Amino acid sequence: MILLQTQHISKTYTQQPILSDINIHLNQGELVSILGVSGIGKTTLFNIIAGLIAPQTGQVLLKGQSITNQTGKISYMLQKDLLLPYRTIMGNVILPALMQGVAKHEAEEKAAPLFKVFGLEKTERLYPNALSGGMRQRAALLRTYMFSKEVALLDEPFSALDEITKHQVHDWYLNLMKRINLSTLLITHDVDEAILLSDRIYILNGHPATISKEIQIDAQLKQQADFELSPTFLKYKRQILDLL
Amino acid sequence: MKKQTNININVLPFLLIIVLLFVWQGISYFQMVPTYLLPSPISVVQAFIADFGTLMANAGVTLLEAFWGLLIGVISGVLIAIVMDLFTPLYKAVYPLLVISQTVPAVAIAPLLILWFGYGMLPKIVLITITTFFPVAVEMLSGFRSTDPDLIHLMNTMGATKWKLYYYVKFPNSLNHFFASLKISVSYAIVSAVISEWVGGFSGLGVYMTRVMKSYAYDKMFAVIFLISGLSLLLIWLVTFIQHKIMPWETNKK
Repeated sequence: MILLQTQHISKTYTQQPILSDINIHLNQGELVSILGVSGIGKTTLFNIIAGLIAPQTGQVLLKGQSITNQTGKISYMLQKDLLLPYRTIMGNVILPALMQGVAKHEAEEKAAPLFKVFGLEKTERLYPNALSGGMRQRAALLRTYMFSKEVALLDEPFSALDEITKHQVHDWYLNLMKRINLSTLLITHDVDEAILLSDRIYILNGHPATISKEIQIDAQLKQQADFELSPTFLKYKRQILDLL
Repeated sequence: MKKQTNININVLPFLLIIVLLFVWQGISYFQMVPTYLLPSPISVVQAFIADFGTLMANAGVTLLEAFWGLLIGVISGVLIAIVMDLFTPLYKAVYPLLVISQTVPAVAIAPLLILWFGYGMLPKIVLITITTFFPVAVEMLSGFRSTDPDLIHLMNTMGATKWKLYYYVKFPNSLNHFFASLKISVSYAIVSAVISEWVGGFSGLGVYMTRVMKSYAYDKMFAVIFLISGLSLLLIWLVTFIQHKIMPWETNKK
């Protein structure tokens, strides 16, 4: 089932075309990556999906309903965790609910059981500066999840983490997605990360940027031990690098 | 070893003050400077004790003026900062005027205010408001404008209204700036109150100061100077204390 879809999205800034005829979709439970070099227009595309900017042409559909140019429907997470330092983790996590007019106690009741699911037990009353980088990212993910429980737009969320923490967070995130039936659209310029995490990868390139290729990652091969060191992995990597 | 060094560094200012007091007492004791020009620290303390009641009564008046002037100054400073943050053309039009207004010394405006508003409390409060609102307005504006654009972006994706953006992000984000400006403003408030009392008034530490100066009671003059300085320090400490209470995340850093 298609959860999120963009149809013929184009965007021009000061007569400079940035995006042209972008058609992508995200199925229920999938993790789909958008790969492209820096400055290609990945974030512009996410801003359009999140409703922050209007496209020149095309529309964004969530479960078949147009959410073009509407904020408050879908949220995303950036490389920076953007946790408010003056609010506790609970205070940060319930922020989307508060923005939507939900009462504080009600929002806290909804968020409380999710702390365990996200591996954030006993951090509710702590301030963000008391948490490690990985834990802060988890808290930011929980905040994103509190906002939209079906789709998460992640804009290079793991790029600030060190390699070891990044691997741990990758595994944790894939497990979490299965547990809570979350679908994810991920922006990354890390080819390895895209191959390891994704079910499908869209390659964005050109001026204006278009989707030049859609690559399906074999789910069964991904389950193999040391997939990252396998010839299949390298084949995917070579194919993607050639396209970029 | 490091701790020992830190302790020594913290004690240094107090040691320096004690040394300076001893030197000052020595200068007076050996009459290197006539005592009517430079009374000894001991005679200043004696003058303070002898005139304690009068000093406190006058300090009460000065503090009351400072309180009202500061309150109005802070509120108007915050409001002006919000308006300038919301409307960029207004910011561009008003900001240079604000800066120019601050180049006029308080001593120059005080007589005019006395002329317009009389010898009561009003001209003092007006002068304090004028001198205290500027640091608050400028710092708050700087706080609002230094908010991480990505954070504003994120709040917008959540559908935050303009007021929710101020309430949840811009105001808390500006608290450090606010308290920094408040520390400046509290000392400005006391100094401005005293200056306006010099120019004209019935009571207050400035009025007391002009009276003891005219009677050549320099020991009392020094006593009131130290009292004014002490009051400013106390208020700055009070602001720091409130800041720590209101911003626990700053003190809870790992």
